[in-house]
Amino acid sequence: MALKTERMVLNMGPQHPATHGVLRLELEVEGELVAKVTPHIGYLHRCFEKHCEAMMYNQVVPYTDRMDYVSSMYNNWGYAIAVEKLLGIQVSEKVEYIRVIMGELQRIASHALALGSFGLDIGAWTPFLYLFRDRERILTLFEMTCGARLLYNYIWVGGLSHDIHPDFLRMTREFVRDFRATVDEVNNLLSYNKIFIERTANIGILPIDTAINFGCTGPTLRGSGLAYDLRKDDTYSIYNRFDFNVCVGQGLQGTVGDAWDRYYVRILEMLESLRIIEQALDQIPSEGDVQSAIPKRIKPPKGTVYARVENPRGELGYFIISDGNTNPFRVKVRPPSFVHLEIMSDLCKGHLVSDMMAILGSIDIVLGEVDR
Amino acid sequence: MYEYLNELLGNQILAMLLTACVPLVFILLYTLFAVWLERKVSAHMQDRLGPMRVGWHGSLQLIADFMKILQKEVPVAKNYDRILYEMAPVLVFTGSFAAFAVIPFSSGLIGSQIEIGIFYLMAVSSFMVVGILMGGWSSNNKYSLLGAMRSSAQIVSYEIPTALVVLSMVMLTGTLSLSKISDMQTAYFWNWYILGGPGTGIAKFLLIPSMIAAFVIIYISTLAEVNRTPFDIPEAESELVAGYFTEYPGIKYAMFMLTEYTNMYAVSAVVVLLFFGGYHSPFGYLGNTLGIGWLIPFEQAFWFISKGMFFVFVQMWLRWTLPRLRVDQLMSLCWKYLIPYALLNLIIIGIISLL
Repeated sequence: MALKTERMVLNMGPQHPATHGVLRLELEVEGELVAKVTPHIGYLHRCFEKHCEAMMYNQVVPYTDRMDYVSSMYNNWGYAIAVEKLLGIQVSEKVEYIRVIMGELQRIASHALALGSFGLDIGAWTPFLYLFRDRERILTLFEMTCGARLLYNYIWVGGLSHDIHPDFLRMTREFVRDFRATVDEVNNLLSYNKIFIERTANIGILPIDTAINFGCTGPTLRGSGLAYDLRKDDTYSIYNRFDFNVCVGQGLQGTVGDAWDRYYVRILEMLESLRIIEQALDQIPSEGDVQSAIPKRIKPPKGTVYARVENPRGELGYFIISDGNTNPFRVKVRPPSFVHLEIMSDLCKGHLVSDMMAILGSIDIVLGEVDR
Repeated sequence: MYEYLNELLGNQILAMLLTACVPLVFILLYTLFAVWLERKVSAHMQDRLGPMRVGWHGSLQLIADFMKILQKEVPVAKNYDRILYEMAPVLVFTGSFAAFAVIPFSSGLIGSQIEIGIFYLMAVSSFMVVGILMGGWSSNNKYSLLGAMRSSAQIVSYEIPTALVVLSMVMLTGTLSLSKISDMQTAYFWNWYILGGPGTGIAKFLLIPSMIAAFVIIYISTLAEVNRTPFDIPEAESELVAGYFTEYPGIKYAMFMLTEYTNMYAVSAVVVLLFFGGYHSPFGYLGNTLGIGWLIPFEQAFWFISKGMFFVFVQMWLRWTLPRLRVDQLMSLCWKYLIPYALLNLIIIGIISLL
């Protein structure tokens, strides 16, 4: 006699310790095996894009902070680049260097959070706190500069809200020196841990063509082996002056494009970011006004603009339509996390419930950005 | 202990109750210390301070937590199975508490001097599975159910390597009594079974590698039996929230936590009894040197608790270092590696003991 079996619907979230915010995943499971994943989003929707239409161009900047709230600097920066393109503003050398330093520090902070919480999803507590310890130092650097630790509102259209603190360069150098040791520590404790490799290698394999078809960018795409980085391939700001590598997943522990590759690409990217910061610290001009190019009143001509930057999670694009007024007619954001969430159901099919946590951790979504 | 109290009080039931209270008091005091230790160990491993406010270095934190937990309301899921739900935490705790009946803390403090101590211990500790399944099933929560399923699968499978190692030790010592096994490893630490046991000659040295292998196997499998990281799959908080006790609030939750810590000590005690000289001192006794006979049982209790706490500390150390395994990897570790090696070890120990 055959036993009658049925699929169990398991509702994971919006309040669940491992969904990184208010994501709700509707799982259909056969025992422990995931048959289907349906992500439900919208629990954090704040009408960001609609709000922008009622704001003047410079008032939108604090809203961008709140999208991907663990990489606010980059959100500010992307928006600033878009509006500057629309206005045709050229910002000063010093501003560009500070922006690069801030952006790369933000990338390290964001990756530290991503890797730490990825480890946490797998059950490793300690690397999470080690990475947080060093993320705190970055936040202290940001706080020293602009007074905020999470939502900076720092990079403005045409400039910056504050000049850097006199101690900033020295402290950043010290941080860069110390952070390499943390990366080694995390590598020893987590990356090359046998259990961690067992849990993540060959799990959630994202083939390169699927990744391209879904529009994945950032570490998720690079983990699948394609060296595509907007900092190199569509250079913005002054990234062409720095020497750095684009890291790709090589399938060192399993197949190219598995969760471990996506994890390790982030580790390597942090090291590359350190290199960029070091070069920028050496080259930064000591003189310069960071606010001279800030327009008093932003009234761009009619037209549209699309600007994209390499956010820690992937391609962050801003599409702005201007009708010649002081308010934008439309601001559309292309968030990387939203795109990456789409691949969840493909990646999870046939894996166990525990693997789903590894996959969710490895694509590293931020719900503030998914819902906006 | 029981005989002494029986003589003193002249009442069997009273003496039994008093004897039973001793491990209970120990468990409560130990839990107070172990929870504090766990918090401090984790904190210092992670560059934190841990609790610092209540008492000296947060030493009274658990009491504060307990006061809070006592006041908690007990909300339950719809359509829960009341009888099973209420019974589960008690049953789980009973299982781990009952194990303490045969654990000899010293030559003078054994709850029950039964001859089949280790057998009884294995039997009652599997009692827990019933409680866990009941808790998971009755709370009418899918996470609890998954957790209970995982937990019972895990405990049942990992009992096999544990039993195989215990079997090999029983074969070697020729007794099931825990205090007798302990007494065989008396005098100095080179008589411990991890170092080949009390024998002399070539057999002792031949035994050392298989003893170390046996120790590793039993330590891993007991770690899995008590659901500690890297085997904390039943209560994997990033997947199943809290596993089988997700729906238990307040004092019932405290019962599950108490059980977890009690079990940590119980399995460490088994390891100590089998491989690390039981309650015997590694260096000889102060009581013998000074000629004070009554000091010896206290010294023994000190050594037993210290050795046990050391292994509890190792469990914490592992927990805060390692990630957790996946449920199928856990099973394959048990069935593909631990059981065959334990069997092989059993045969090797058998051959050596024939020499």
